[in-house]
Amino acid sequence: MESKQSQTVPWKQVQKGILKKQVTAMTEEGNIQASTRIKLLLVDDEEGFVNVIANRMSKRGIDATKALSGTDALKALRGQDFDVAVVDLKMQEMDGIELLRILKKMVPEMPVIMLTGHGSERAEEEGMEYGAFDYLTKPCELDELMQKIREALPRGR
Amino acid sequence: MHHTRSDDTDHRTALKRNVLSWSVFVAITPMILVSCIILYQYRISYHQRVNSHLEELINKHKQNIDTFLRERLGNIQDLARNFAFEQMSQEAFLQERLNILQRSYGPVFVDLGVINSKGVQVAYAGPFKLGHARYSDADWFQKVMENKSEYYKSDVFLGLRGVPHFIIAVKITSEGETWIVRATIDFVSFNTLVEKIRVGETGFAFILNKDGRFQTHAVHDVKPDKSPYSDFLNYNDEEKKHIHILERTDDSGNMNIYVAAFLKHGDWLLVYQQKASEAFFDYRRTVNVAVVIIMLGCLLILSTAILLSNKLVRLLARIDREKQMMNEQIVETGKLASIGELAAGIAHEINNPVAIMVGEAGWIEDLLEEEEFQASENLKEFRRSLKQIHIQGKRCKEITHKLLSFARKTGSRPQDINVNELMEELIALSAQRAKFSNVAIVTDFKDDIPSICVSQSELQQVFLNLINNALDAMEKDGGQIRISTKTEGNHVVVVVADNGPGIPSANLNRIFDPFFTSKPVGKGTGLGLSICYGIIKKMKGDIEVQSTTGAGTTFLVKIPLPED
Repeated sequence: MESKQSQTVPWKQVQKGILKKQVTAMTEEGNIQASTRIKLLLVDDEEGFVNVIANRMSKRGIDATKALSGTDALKALRGQDFDVAVVDLKMQEMDGIELLRILKKMVPEMPVIMLTGHGSERAEEEGMEYGAFDYLTKPCELDELMQKIREALPRGR
Repeated sequence: MHHTRSDDTDHRTALKRNVLSWSVFVAITPMILVSCIILYQYRISYHQRVNSHLEELINKHKQNIDTFLRERLGNIQDLARNFAFEQMSQEAFLQERLNILQRSYGPVFVDLGVINSKGVQVAYAGPFKLGHARYSDADWFQKVMENKSEYYKSDVFLGLRGVPHFIIAVKITSEGETWIVRATIDFVSFNTLVEKIRVGETGFAFILNKDGRFQTHAVHDVKPDKSPYSDFLNYNDEEKKHIHILERTDDSGNMNIYVAAFLKHGDWLLVYQQKASEAFFDYRRTVNVAVVIIMLGCLLILSTAILLSNKLVRLLARIDREKQMMNEQIVETGKLASIGELAAGIAHEINNPVAIMVGEAGWIEDLLEEEEFQASENLKEFRRSLKQIHIQGKRCKEITHKLLSFARKTGSRPQDINVNELMEELIALSAQRAKFSNVAIVTDFKDDIPSICVSQSELQQVFLNLINNALDAMEKDGGQIRISTKTEGNHVVVVVADNGPGIPSANLNRIFDPFFTSKPVGKGTGLGLSICYGIIKKMKGDIEVQSTTGAGTTFLVKIPLPED
């Protein structure tokens, strides 16, 4: 058990907070493990938003899989595992809270970050109740989102 | 359509008139009706009482007079039956009998006479020299001789002696001879019987014969007004047995009451006459008192009704005014709320495109990091431009967030807050800026202010906004901000007062409207105060502003203490 416990290793930022493509993590023994790209599930029904975020994240060592609805997201989940998910609260077909509940049943260990509108505090509280890792209000800076993703990942990743 | 003040006034005047007339009608009508009925019943019973009293009086006197006449007749009949014609023909004997009668009955009998069948008076006793007078032509003699009955009572007449009198004649037939005993009844003593009947000042009695001529002294200056008496005189025999009462107006316009009884088997009429005003004096007085009371009652009702209707109308006017003010407030609140909802919707919708724009700008920034663009001449300009997009994006975000703050229904969780501490924190936050603007912040906090239970962040937002506005207003010339806290009733009151340039009165009504700003374009969103307004209203508190141009602006915020 103890040997698996990881130590906090900050994501190194190179030039204005952009991460190196190769992510490194250190075990408590100090060994550098093979670095991997982070797999992110990005769910939002605004295509323009999803596209630009995915593009920018790919430059920061994150492979973002784009899903334009809850259904898309669930389909994507069948094919592969994700390290973290970012879910918009307000979507037309299936809203963020509903998707969050399903995700938490299917893959309880995957952290989910919610994107909310400003002032929708009840939804935020509800999201936290259903096990969301945290929430961000839209429109948010990419750096803020990156910060949250970093916090959400299990230590050692 | 357009509801004007004069419409209201007209409406209220009409209402007042209605209320007044109805309440007066409803109160006065029954009072007058009941009073009239009671007075009418009283009048009837009073008349009955007076009438029966008079009836009784007249009946008694009728009996007296009838008895008197019957007894005098009896005296003469006794005389005629008990003594023979020879005896009676002697004047000395007759004088003796007269003396006996006068001793027994006073000066009622004036004289006595004995008359033979030829109408010659054979004996006479009395004060007049009527010996051997001839009565064969006299009316009474002929009537006695014709008359089948044995006696006769005459009307009052002057006769041979020229003095009013009446006679009682008794006819005797014995041994084939018919003779008559005649007695003269003293008019004065008979008259006293009737004159005794006096009631009050105008009640008196008299006797009339069949022809309507006085059989007693005419009392006062009464002329026998024919009309009521002729009615009585025309009664038939059956009717003559009863006593009759009439009310008539006489020639001089006075209402009189007449009570009539027949005497002497219907030959004479005993009339009692009295002015109605006297007979019914008590009734009249009661009516007058009642009328005065009714008038006073009406006056009282009228004045009460006027007072009440005035009061009612004043109350209605006040309610109308309050309603109007409340309506205006509701409209104001509703306006704010609907603008808020609309703004929130727009803000939500704008967030997405703004997020994409900012994202795309970031993406361009990312791409500019690639080697190929590093040599570009315009790289610097690109970066400046992208930075500008970021800045403006942030500005958009601030605007939409403020809008959403204004519109959101639920705030962060309420918690117990010490207003003084909160204000201290906020003043500390603003201290730096105040120093730059040359503004002094003075505090006047009351120590014993109870905690209020509201959202801390919202309350901070409100007061930060007020302080910032004050600082903005005094940025150029400096000044003083005075912040005070106190408890007033079940409210905590926070006053933020500055001595800046003040708000022009034209703007004062609109400062809580969303998007209203007096700041230059691009400097203010016009949402700050409307957000404050929304927050304080949600706390069920109140926010008021007073401002004098050149003297400063005071914001007064009232927040209710927690119930219980």
